[in-house]
Amino acid sequence: MADVNRGNRPLSPHLTIYRPQWTSMSSILVRITGNALIVAALMIVWWFVAAASGPAAFATANGFVTSWFGDLVMTLSVLGLWYHLLGGLRHLAWDSGRLLDVDKSEMAAQMMVVLSVLLTVFTVIVL
Amino acid sequence: MAFLTDRKRATGMGSAKTGTGHHWQMMVTSVALLILAPLFIFTFGSILGASYQEVIVYYQRPFPAVVAILFLLVGFFHYRLGVQTLIEDYVHGFARKAAIIGMICLSYAAAAFAIFAIIRIAL
Repeated sequence: MADVNRGNRPLSPHLTIYRPQWTSMSSILVRITGNALIVAALMIVWWFVAAASGPAAFATANGFVTSWFGDLVMTLSVLGLWYHLLGGLRHLAWDSGRLLDVDKSEMAAQMMVVLSVLLTVFTVIVL
Repeated sequence: MAFLTDRKRATGMGSAKTGTGHHWQMMVTSVALLILAPLFIFTFGSILGASYQEVIVYYQRPFPAVVAILFLLVGFFHYRLGVQTLIEDYVHGFARKAAIIGMICLSYAAAAFAIFAIIRIAL
């Protein structure tokens, strides 16, 4: 009837009662990495604006971006960017109707973790 | 007690009917970023830490400059769409609207500053 259980039903995504699993955790991590990249992105924008402004401004911005804190943010952001990129690849695969079985999706999640770490190590070594 | 039927309560509460466009733009930008992100990581990463003069000379070359412009332009547009979904999921009421507007403005402003700066260095 019209007057039962109005508006106080449990709403998804049920995060507080959900058992952690590869599919949900890897998806949440795609969201976290994507949005966290704003920190490094704004630092890079500052770096470019400073470089366009002159040597004094560049020294300040470059000093911050290449400090131990800047290096930490940039290295974690490279890891986040590789992971998010692989997550996007999985989304494109899903959109084409592939990897939709649970076991394949979980395997893709494990591949995302492994490959993002390997790509980050590769990036740090090369650069 | 309200005398609304379930049907009446549900009417007008459905989808915003614009999700397809959002999803398609996410797909297009993510495919572009699949190429642009690695190019940016390795071009920007190879010059980060160099001196002011070296940075200016490097970004006067067309390839690194265009890669940086495209990556930050498409990247911030992709971010603007993604952060809107994030806000829509967790923030409600007036704060939602304010946060979405604020983050969209921030995204476009950051992209504009970056592109202006890179063009200024390059020219």
